Amino acid sequence: MFQTLKNLTNKFFMLLFGRKKNIKIGFYGPPNAGKTSLANRICKDWTGEEMGIVSRIPHETRHVQFKEKVEIKHKGKTLLFKLVDTPGIATKIDYEDFLKFGIRKSDAKKRAKEATQGVIESIQWLDDMDAVVVVLDATENPYSQVNITIIGNLVARKIPILIAANKIDLKKADVKKIEMAFPEYRVVGISAKDGTNMNEFYAALFEVAQKT
Amino acid sequence: MMQKKLKGLSLQIIPYSEIEHLSIVERVKKLLDLILNNKIIILHGRLRPEEEARLIEDTMALVGHIKNFKGIELAVIEPDVYKANFFEKIKHGIAKSLIGNSVALTIIGPASVIKEIKRDPKRLELFLR
Repeated sequence: MFQTLKNLTNKFFMLLFGRKKNIKIGFYGPPNAGKTSLANRICKDWTGEEMGIVSRIPHETRHVQFKEKVEIKHKGKTLLFKLVDTPGIATKIDYEDFLKFGIRKSDAKKRAKEATQGVIESIQWLDDMDAVVVVLDATENPYSQVNITIIGNLVARKIPILIAANKIDLKKADVKKIEMAFPEYRVVGISAKDGTNMNEFYAALFEVAQKT
Repeated sequence: MMQKKLKGLSLQIIPYSEIEHLSIVERVKKLLDLILNNKIIILHGRLRPEEEARLIEDTMALVGHIKNFKGIELAVIEPDVYKANFFEKIKHGIAKSLIGNSVALTIIGPASVIKEIKRDPKRLELFLR
């Protein structure tokens, strides 16, 4: 009912202004998959500014962060997006894992505490999204339960999904494996780091946005 | 409910019928109570996606508040319905509507006991600490 109403509002905006209202697009996925790197890449491509800090230490993004009114153009069409970068979703967080990166114990504990809150925040934001880019690390096994739970929840909420198989600049990357794991969804292999295949990503993003 | 003990390792097998009548809050609470008692749960069936999300949320709310609790490991294995033929899909759908999603198996345990669950489409491998 709510989704139908939302679709009608979007169509009304399309007719009235010739473009969609701010489409809320969420970046979801496990920690360290490159959600912020991808959000940064999009922001840099279209606004010239970055969105958040990236790090090799997991759970760098511990609060939901936004970028309003990002105008993306593709094949003569323009869409307006609100980018929502979310903390990585995990089922376990151990402060001792952060110590391996040379973080002090007190800081590691603080980071772990904030990270647990970040996971809760991410899940609670799911209901607000118009569409979601699930960002997966293409060098990792895609069959993790976190990935399946995220996608299952998006399907249950009828939120359109695009899967970005990130880190294809790395030798170990296997986009085919992600396509095999999630055959019902559009998977685009990208490197948020060096910008490889971003044109195909934007084309797929427009397709997903049309479904909102 | 069956309970097995192997050198300090405690496995609890729960038939789907035991959680079927419970609300989402009660289901998650029941599972977390067992996990906090260091039990590895083998649930005959699977939780709905929103229940899995709620389980993760409630787990995160407990991390840092309960001594030595670092979270959970969770994995589900079930027949690959997407690749099944038309009649198999119908059969699976009817079974699901009659008895719940009891063809799946869910393994949940404390991250302090289970180091990792490796999953590929057809099998699960449990690595203990």
